[in-house]
Parts: sequence; structure tokens; C-alpha cells
Amino acid sequence: MMFDLLHTPLGPLPLADWLSWLFIVTGSFFAIVGALGIVRLPDIFSRMHGAGMVDTMGIMMILTGLMFQADTWIVVVKLALILVFIFFTSPTTTFALARAAIHGGVNPGPTVEELVEAKVIEDPQLDTKIEPTFDPKVKQEAKPSNT
Amino acid sequence: MLHAFSLGAALMVVWGLLSGMPEPLLMGLGVASVVLTVWIAHRMDVVDHEGHPIHLGPRALVYFPWLIVEIIKANWDVAKIILSPKMDIHPHIFKTKASQKSDVGLTTYANSITLTPGTVTITMDDDGIFEVHALTYGAREGIETLDMDRRCTAMEGMSKTDDKSDKTPGPTSSGPTTSGPTSSGPAS
Repeated sequence: MMFDLLHTPLGPLPLADWLSWLFIVTGSFFAIVGALGIVRLPDIFSRMHGAGMVDTMGIMMILTGLMFQADTWIVVVKLALILVFIFFTSPTTTFALARAAIHGGVNPGPTVEELVEAKVIEDPQLDTKIEPTFDPKVKQEAKPSNT
Repeated sequence: MLHAFSLGAALMVVWGLLSGMPEPLLMGLGVASVVLTVWIAHRMDVVDHEGHPIHLGPRALVYFPWLIVEIIKANWDVAKIILSPKMDIHPHIFKTKASQKSDVGLTTYANSITLTPGTVTITMDDDGIFEVHALTYGAREGIETLDMDRRCTAMEGMSKTDDKSDKTPGPTSSGPTTSGPTSSGPAS
């Protein structure tokens, strides 16, 4: 009976097309912004955050939107499985990329301790405040990439 | 043994869901594939609470919806940063201590940090200290509230502490002779 249920045609869901529009347009927006981030962000570690937007929010919203277009439950199940697998594998690839960059000698940026030492931020603990620095050289070193 | 059965059942359900055709030939092929897969997994000694974490079960259903909400919020923050003309970013590295005991818990926490845009886990050591790359100071503060850490530990459950202690020296050093009592003993 599980199989009959899988192939039961889904009845007309009210607003299904509108929900599809909503989710797919939202997902496309975040995918485009993520791609823009890959271009705009300055170095490989920052760019990974842009890539992360594409394969979390972009994938999630677009697949959810596609689920509203499904004729039978089996399509919904398959789309959900794709989503689950991407959510488990994409951090792994990001981690491998980060490891490769570190082994390749890319500087991932200043640590919190260095920032505190350079007086860019005040407190390493919870109450972090951004403090204006008066030494232009230190400021340039701490934010090398903000062009 | 319990894990082998639950792994086989889960694989069979996935086979049924993906094929969707209850014909004897296809179901027979499915059963054969599942038996073969479980046998190979057993030979590789990965059929345990780590390779097939059934004990998480319902607690994971609490954690992952919360994680999805966090991912949506973080995506919105990063999207605003990327679209702002000035792009006010401060890429930096910080360390955070993970409080999970098992490898499954640590992996889940590290993956959750990476899935949340704005923070990416770069390295971790044996003591559970992560090095995390943050795009902004705000992203770091979000992790340093340790909210995600607490929820991840709650999902892991505290009953697994002794499992970790007798697991770590087990399969890595001397193979199937000293591994966990539940997984490999009677199944062979």
C-alpha cells in the first residue's frame, strides 16, 4: 500500500503555482547573490561563504518550490532525498576546499588574538566591540581586503 | 546486529521509495542489493552507532528544523553584506570549543557551522577545538553565544559518553577484535 500511496496523484493544491513561484524566485535570488558574492568577495575563504549561500538557501528554496509542482508523492520524496544528501555532502566539500587552501599556504586572515593585539577589536570574549583605530597602518593590515 | 538490521531496513525503505514499483523482480533485486551492501558494510566494520546513528532519531527532528531557521537568517545577513556597495566585511579566524563527546556529534556541529553562511569550520583537533573562519564580527559572535553548541549537544544525548571511550582505541588500532560489543560480535 506504500506503493499505491506513492503513486496517488496529488490533488489540486490551492496556490501551488504561487508557492512554487515564491520559493523558486527566492531560491534564484539567493543563488544569484551567492554567485555575485563569489565574484565580489576578496579571497578564497571569504568566497566560500558566497558558495555556501548557493548550496544552502539556493538549493533548499528551489527544491521546495519544485515539490509544489510534483504530480505524485514519489517525486516529493525524491526531491527531499536530494535535499538531505546535499545538506550532508556540501559541508564536506567546503571542508576539503578549506583544507586544500591551508595546505596550499593561503593565509586565512588574522586570528582574534592578533586583532585584539592590533587593537582592532577590544575583547576576545562575548562583548566584542569594534574600536576605531588611530594608527592607519594597523587599520590597513587588519582589513586588507576591503576595497 | 541491531545496527545491521536497522541499516538493512533503512536501505530497503529507500529502495522502495526510489523505485516505487512493487514488482517481484525489482523487489528481489532490491533485497539482493541490500544484503550485499550490509555485508560489505559489516566487513568494513562501519555498521555501528557512528556509521548508522539510529540513536539520534527523534532528537535530530528537533535540531534540524532549528538549524534550517538559523541558515535562513544567516543567509539573509550575508546577502545584505554582499549586496551592500561598501561590503563591510572583516574576515578573520577564531577558535571555539565544542562540547560534544562523540564523533557524530562533533561532525554534526562542525557541519552546522559550515552550513551557516558567514562561518566555515577550517580545522579541528582531538580536543574538539574548532578553528572557524568568520566573514564578519557578528558571525563570530553568533557562534560564541554557544547556542548552536548547546543544541547540538542536546541532540547528541549524554548517554553516549562511554561509547566514545571504548570506541576510540578500537577499530583504528586493532580491528574487529576489540570493537564495540553490540556491533560486530554476533553478526559474523
